Amino acid sequence: MPVISPEETQPSYDAVIVGSGAGGGQVAYLFAMAGIKTLVLEAGRMFDPTRETAMFHTPNMAPLRAERTPDKQYGFYDASIASGWDIPGEPYTNAGKEEKRQFAWWRQRMIGGRTNHWGRVSLRNGPYDFEMATRMGVGHDWPISYDELAPYYDKVEMLAGIFGASEGIENSPDSSPGVLLPPPKFRAGELLAREKAKTLGIPIVPVHRAILTKTQDAERLPKILHPGNGKAQRLLAENMRMRAKCFFATDCHRGCSIGAAFDSMTVFLRPALKTGNLDILPNAMVHEVTVNDEGRATGVSYIDKVDGGEHHVSGRTVVLGASSQESVRILLNSRSRAFPDGIGNDHGMVGQGLTDSVASSLSAQIPALENLPLHNEDGTVGQQAYVPWWRAADQLAGKLDFPGGYKFIVSSGRKMPRLSTGRSFDSLSEAEGIPFGHQLKEEARRYYGSFIGIGAQGAMAANKDCYCEIDPDGVKDQWGIPVLKFHWKFSDDELKQVADQQRSMRSILEVLGGRVSRSYEDDPLAGVKVGGSIIHEVGGAIMGAKRVESVTNKWCQVWDVPNLVIADGATFPTTADKNPTLSIMAMAWRAADHLIGEMKKGNV
Amino acid sequence: MARSEKNPNRSPQRIDRRTAIQWVSAAAATFPLSRGDSFAAAAPSATGYGPDPDLTKVYQPGELWPLTFSESQRTLVTVLSDIIMPADETSPAASELGVPDFVDEWISSPYQDQKPDRNSILKGLDWLEEEAKRNGVDHFVSLDAETQLKICQDLAIEAKKDRRRFPGSFFYTLRNLVAGGYYTTPEGMRDIGYRGNVAMVEWNGPPQEVLDRLELKPQE
Ligand SMILES: Cc1cc2nc3c(=O)[nH]c(=O)nc-3n(C[C@H](O)[C@H](O)[C@H](O)COP(=O)(O)OP(=O)(O)OC[C@H]3O[C@@H](n4cnc5c(N)ncnc54)[C@H](O)[C@@H]3O)c2cc1C
Ligand code: SF4
Repeated sequence: MPVISPEETQPSYDAVIVGSGAGGGQVAYLFAMAGIKTLVLEAGRMFDPTRETAMFHTPNMAPLRAERTPDKQYGFYDASIASGWDIPGEPYTNAGKEEKRQFAWWRQRMIGGRTNHWGRVSLRNGPYDFEMATRMGVGHDWPISYDELAPYYDKVEMLAGIFGASEGIENSPDSSPGVLLPPPKFRAGELLAREKAKTLGIPIVPVHRAILTKTQDAERLPKILHPGNGKAQRLLAENMRMRAKCFFATDCHRGCSIGAAFDSMTVFLRPALKTGNLDILPNAMVHEVTVNDEGRATGVSYIDKVDGGEHHVSGRTVVLGASSQESVRILLNSRSRAFPDGIGNDHGMVGQGLTDSVASSLSAQIPALENLPLHNEDGTVGQQAYVPWWRAADQLAGKLDFPGGYKFIVSSGRKMPRLSTGRSFDSLSEAEGIPFGHQLKEEARRYYGSFIGIGAQGAMAANKDCYCEIDPDGVKDQWGIPVLKFHWKFSDDELKQVADQQRSMRSILEVLGGRVSRSYEDDPLAGVKVGGSIIHEVGGAIMGAKRVESVTNKWCQVWDVPNLVIADGATFPTTADKNPTLSIMAMAWRAADHLIGEMKKGNV
Repeated sequence: MARSEKNPNRSPQRIDRRTAIQWVSAAAATFPLSRGDSFAAAAPSATGYGPDPDLTKVYQPGELWPLTFSESQRTLVTVLSDIIMPADETSPAASELGVPDFVDEWISSPYQDQKPDRNSILKGLDWLEEEAKRNGVDHFVSLDAETQLKICQDLAIEAKKDRRRFPGSFFYTLRNLVAGGYYTTPEGMRDIGYRGNVAMVEWNGPPQEVLDRLELKPQE
């Protein structure tokens, strides 16, 4: 079974999956390995990371020095196609007018979705993150505990290949022994920051990322991941052997042609296609889950973007993994006699509970790092060091004025220059005017790479002001599909958190002797990044213990439609201080396991 | 400028280009592709390269959209580029790295974001020619090097005072494009001290002399 067109779809599938990113790809992999006849519908085109990425190209080889344009909104070389905040013909609307009342929505329209260019930071949620309501009195608890998800974190980490260390940090869990790959050595600036931050009692430890710092153990891991399934073991072993280890150069956001960085195509779909159980239908824009009179899902309707035609495909089960807000949109647009307000929306919960990481940043120039002997600082290009939330105990004891922690990503070193490099030394220059000529060249040599940047990302509980709905004014996209309208407002909790982020970041940069850029502890609303702009948006079809408060049960099955499962972040009741994607994959694995069991039992 | 450095090209850790390319192509062509997987052919256009350009191709200024500079503007920008990024013992001047062509490509861009820069640069080039006339010659490039530099210095001071007010704004924009255009070439990257973008077998962190300078212990 291969990549197909609408005419080539089977009359019916065991499972129809919408979207091929972190969530959809994970389920497709597991279903195909389990012998379930599966169709993945993907709104974008096929993309071959081995052939289409320009890993070593320098900016002078690209138009406009590879800077962002409306066509390539993360820069020319970024592995995103027909993607962005603003996609022609695919609008969304915002209720709020001011900048910080807006929600920004990044959509990635290609096979593998955002896993082609994500930062690969892969952190587990901790036990407290599942109990925010109980522990902090805000938002919702998850209907599952950390212990229920922990085995799936281990599995995803073994399958994807994640580097990191076990540090024994409260609420930032360690992986089981033998699961993680070794973390890369720190860069000079990261080592210096670690030493200095220690004096403040702030830990800086290796981050976890989905990058192979060592080739995967193709003998051991397939047996653990697919016990009793020889074919799956063989295909996984073969795929693991096709992945090279990182060669410590080139930006992962461009995609990784040697397969060292995780993306859905490389890790999930390539071996899944070889099972013969998976069809992939690209360029298929799904807009509705169809149901029968009993309210069971029967398949999905979609627009073929190649011919513009409307089509339907049938499935015994339907899995939504179109990215959290797109899955919400599909639920809301699935109106029928059984579900006049959209599937799962009897209590008006679809669209509610939208959250994103609460983020701000601060940077400084560090005199100690000036003029360091020149050396290659690429490492695993991008993040290597982070500050896990270190005050969970203080927070539980009520010593902080906000709920939910945050983490810092610390970045330093001489990175590949960009167009903005030419103007980045102005504030340091001793010249009478803006620097140019020999003076600029010398100052650039002195100051380049002497900066440390810190990015904070924190937890967010659902609040009643952050949600989406179908645009009430009837705005539609180019295919006539009703679009989402977003509502967003940071609460005091988030703003207090941002003020605290800024204070802590400044203290680290100051103890490093840095010349710190303007900080925002006095004006957190100005400092906080726009909602959605961290691209960790989750929620909108949250899971829960009770029907009236949630859209799915603890197995990510829509309450009233047990053969409809949500495999992306839409089910997350809260955003933790960890990035969401590892949790999306672990949750998708758990949901897929359960659904396979239910299918075997004949319950769905 | 005395800066110690080991030649990374000689490092035993470095993977030679051929091996790296072999890895890349060994993994290549393992994915099934069909239906609508081709790139949109990017012909010269007034609308940009579209949402799905070929990322692996090397592009030249003028290839995707027509350039703007007249012969005399090009000459002027070349002189200015080399004032902004002159040659020295370690690295060449901006014009040797094709930076003036990049400035032309940038201001000729079909995208809205570059339009203010276009206006600023074209207006500034005219202003410089007027300034030359006030100094008794027809063209800025005919002025002696000292006067040229003096005019640029005055503009740089204006730019520092207010980078939004013309003509300081013009010099700010041009300086940004020339210096940024310079540092985004392989030669410029070398000059500023970037030593990455080479495939390595291992990553060992900073060398001992760096740790010594920062009084840091070796990493386990
Ligand atoms: C620049 C960037 C950096 C990031 N860094 C990190 C990081 O370091 N760590 C982390 O955890 N997360 C990171 N993220 C977020 C991460 O990419 C997402 O959390 C993750 O990819 C979500 O997976 P998903 O399956 O829900 O959605 P996606 O990966 O977006 O996949 C959804 C897929 O569904 C398809 N689709 C959408 N609508 C339809 C439809 N109607 N019909 C059919 N198909 C449809 C899309 O085309 C897409 O392929 C980053 C994101 C970005 C953009
Ligand atoms: S840094 Fe490593 S994992 Fe990332 S793209 Fe380069 S080779 Fe691949």
